[in-house]
Amino acid sequence: MTQSGTIQPVLRVQDLSVAFHTRGGVVHALDRIGFAVAPGQTMALVGESGSGKSVTAYAIMGLLEAAGKITGGHAFLGETDLVATPPAELARIRGRRIAMIFQNPRAALNPIRAVGRQIADVLLRHGGATRFNAHDRAIEALRAVGIPDPARRAKAYPFELSGGMCQRVMIAIAVAARPQLLIADEPTTGLDVTTQAVVMDLIRAMAEETGMATILITHDLALAAERAERIAVMHAGHMVEEADTATLLAHPRHPYTAGLIAATPTAAGSLDALRSVPGGLPDLRGKDIPACRYAGRCERRLDACAQPLSLRDHAPNHAVACWNPLESAA
Amino acid sequence: MRAILLRFAGALPTLCGVVVVTFLLTRVLPGDTATYFAGPTASAESIAQIKASLGLDLPLTEQFRRYVVALVHGDLGMSLTTGQPVLTELINRLPASAELTLCGLFLAIGIALPLGVFAAVRQGSVIDHACRIVATAGVSLPVFFTGLLLVYIFYFILGWMPAPLGRLDAFASAPPAVTGFYLIDTLLARDTETFRAAAAQIVLPAGTLALFALAPIARITRASMLAVLGSEFIRTARASGLSGPTVVLTYALRNALLPVVTVLGMVFSFLLGANVLVEKVFAWPGIGSYAVEALIASDFAPVQGFVLTMAILYVLLNLGIDLLNRAIDPRARRGA
Amino acid sequence: MTNAQSSTLSHIRYVLSENPVTLGAALLFAAYAAMALFGPLIAPFDPLASDTARALQAPDWRHWFGTDQLGRDILSRVIVAARVDIGIALASVALVFAAGGLAGLAAGFFGGWIDAVIGRIADTIMAFPLFVLAMGIVAALGNTIPNIVLATAIINFPLYARVARAETLTRREAGFVDAARLSGHRDGALLLTQVLPNIMPIMVVQMSLTMGYAILNAAGLSFIGLGVRPPTAEWGIMVAEGAGFIVSGEWWIALFPGATLMLAVFCFNLLGDGLRDIVDPRRRT
Repeated sequence: MTQSGTIQPVLRVQDLSVAFHTRGGVVHALDRIGFAVAPGQTMALVGESGSGKSVTAYAIMGLLEAAGKITGGHAFLGETDLVATPPAELARIRGRRIAMIFQNPRAALNPIRAVGRQIADVLLRHGGATRFNAHDRAIEALRAVGIPDPARRAKAYPFELSGGMCQRVMIAIAVAARPQLLIADEPTTGLDVTTQAVVMDLIRAMAEETGMATILITHDLALAAERAERIAVMHAGHMVEEADTATLLAHPRHPYTAGLIAATPTAAGSLDALRSVPGGLPDLRGKDIPACRYAGRCERRLDACAQPLSLRDHAPNHAVACWNPLESAA
Repeated sequence: MRAILLRFAGALPTLCGVVVVTFLLTRVLPGDTATYFAGPTASAESIAQIKASLGLDLPLTEQFRRYVVALVHGDLGMSLTTGQPVLTELINRLPASAELTLCGLFLAIGIALPLGVFAAVRQGSVIDHACRIVATAGVSLPVFFTGLLLVYIFYFILGWMPAPLGRLDAFASAPPAVTGFYLIDTLLARDTETFRAAAAQIVLPAGTLALFALAPIARITRASMLAVLGSEFIRTARASGLSGPTVVLTYALRNALLPVVTVLGMVFSFLLGANVLVEKVFAWPGIGSYAVEALIASDFAPVQGFVLTMAILYVLLNLGIDLLNRAIDPRARRGA
Repeated sequence: MTNAQSSTLSHIRYVLSENPVTLGAALLFAAYAAMALFGPLIAPFDPLASDTARALQAPDWRHWFGTDQLGRDILSRVIVAARVDIGIALASVALVFAAGGLAGLAAGFFGGWIDAVIGRIADTIMAFPLFVLAMGIVAALGNTIPNIVLATAIINFPLYARVARAETLTRREAGFVDAARLSGHRDGALLLTQVLPNIMPIMVVQMSLTMGYAILNAAGLSFIGLGVRPPTAEWGIMVAEGAGFIVSGEWWIALFPGATLMLAVFCFNLLGDGLRDIVDPRRRT
């Protein structure tokens, strides 16, 4: 388990497992995931779609759909184990201590409620405002995320705003109660390139201003490399490698990480390139799931790869889950 | 306000279509009207004479012109059986029908909306199954039969309800007319006794209508709540920690209401038709039973007037639904 | 092709096993079909024979459903009436299936003014409360069974035309119509060979979904004295005849025909839902 020095982490996830009960059988979507995020730090969860990045976020937030169940593990937010927290109490923590923004911001906002009121709803809920000043506070929040003419925009509906504006509103909603941790799930997907940078800059600015930590969920390794201090790579519900960004990019130990890096020639176009890691995700239903879920795609596979596997420190602050890791060049 | 006027203008072609169809309905029957007026023993000559006096020998376009002119002057013809102008009778009887239909509608919405919402929030629960049974069974109910069944149970067996004989029993007298709605007029007159009598009379027929109307409302409420609850902005609301009631009522329900309001148009179509049958079962003195009485006596002018009135009401109701939709949905408001 | 057929069969088997209600509705439908086809043979008594000595008798072993005010056996009348009610509904649905289907097909395929005219007609019909329009049509055309059939068909016309039009448009956009046209087929041939077979399944579902409504409509018109006339046995009239006796406690006169009618409509609605699940699983609710 990786620890960020002696500082108490904001979020410490341990052995988190999630299963979905579907018609086709039980899907073991997450298997003993563990990581930690330090205060003020930006950590990226990277992996292709279906790797379990978003499921991890939803499990931590207590927002899994009805078919999904947490089958084991913990997620400590400070001293609170979110997994063991009853739903009503969790609802009070969400939005107040831990917040989340999503991709496709226009669909993520209530289409028939003015954006100012949506912010005011959150402020009222978490004691950030009273009925008397909620409207003014909402306008302030809009100004803080750089929306011009916030008093007028507060009365606008999502369909009247651009995608970038909507994502700013989402950020305003998320940081309204000054949470310790923000989970940003593909926050730039669906936005044009210039807006992407603006939104990411805004997230960083808000994080620096309030000291909150950020988990950036993305399929885009280039974006993660640019924005995060640590990167955790996920594959098929396993965490395969975790290190600080520079180390991970320079000295990947897991073959999948190496494949991802090799498939990311430039910052642009990485989405298409990511798909060029050969093979697909294994079937996660039933009991016969391989111990290493990457083994089926791996060129470095050994007989030993059938043995049970976990994330282990191969160097200080560099954890890898592989029986035959790449040698570090150093 | 301008938008409302625009909507109203948009309904005009539909109204024209309605007038044309009702006109055609009067004229399709070749000579029947004249034969009827002339009586069974009439000669061909006297029939022709009557045709001429009624303007039935004129070209169709001229007949249509006269029909429209008469309509504009509020002339819907005379009832042969009662000898009264059709318009007067329709106006006198309209409040009874409107009161019944509205009571049925509000009762249906009052039951169906919570039912549909609960069914969606607790998917797979007992309430959910109840909702699905109600939704399928409800549309299968012949209202005239369920009405009779309710009368048998609540009047004959249990004796809880008065006999199905109109808006008031023989011992009560009608309140001074203000709105024409007995439930409101009695309260305005502070006559609680008559109010109770009127309420007792309307419970069964309104309940019959509600049983029929709540099925489509419950069905669409459940379906659209399920769709909305699975949408991304509800996930955002939950992620923001908004309380359960806020998420379900303020965020989900208001969005889910949009399809429900749209379906109300169809519900009104059903309700206005079912209203005729229910009025007959409960001897309710509304425009539906007026039309049925006229039908049986082959008295055609009241039937025409009735069909036209119902169609105009329906067009206006759809207009109202449209405005309600705009009130709820800012996209509809700013789009047009 | 055989593969597709066997998968359709297995899908039907799956829907039926998942949904025993549909199976029950299918069995019930068979019972109604038998009543409609062989009614006069099954009926224990002559449905029209009155026997005033045995009038208004409650159900017993001789008359399972009791007798009416003229001493006629209600069970026999209920059975014989199935042919009238289901016959009217079937005829009207067949009529509107042909007329509405073709109109929608033409509107969707040719577009332009044909589409505009058909759309206008459909809109005008939809501007009326449908049962009220049916009343007006029957009152105007004359109080006969063919006119009930016609009126019921007319009020269902917009629904059929719309479904057929929408399906035709989807097929057009799917592109194989264009492909067929490029290979030299004429419009008429295209409509009949390419589009029509493809929109058939969804139209058949529409038919079974509207059968129940058609029965309700016909019975409702009869109930208020339009269409079928006494002494013909028909569920709506029988309920109307029994209505006056409800308040004096002779419940069986109205109850049995009414319940039979209700069950028939329920059966057709369930069957329609089940059929839709088989043909078009996407629209499941």
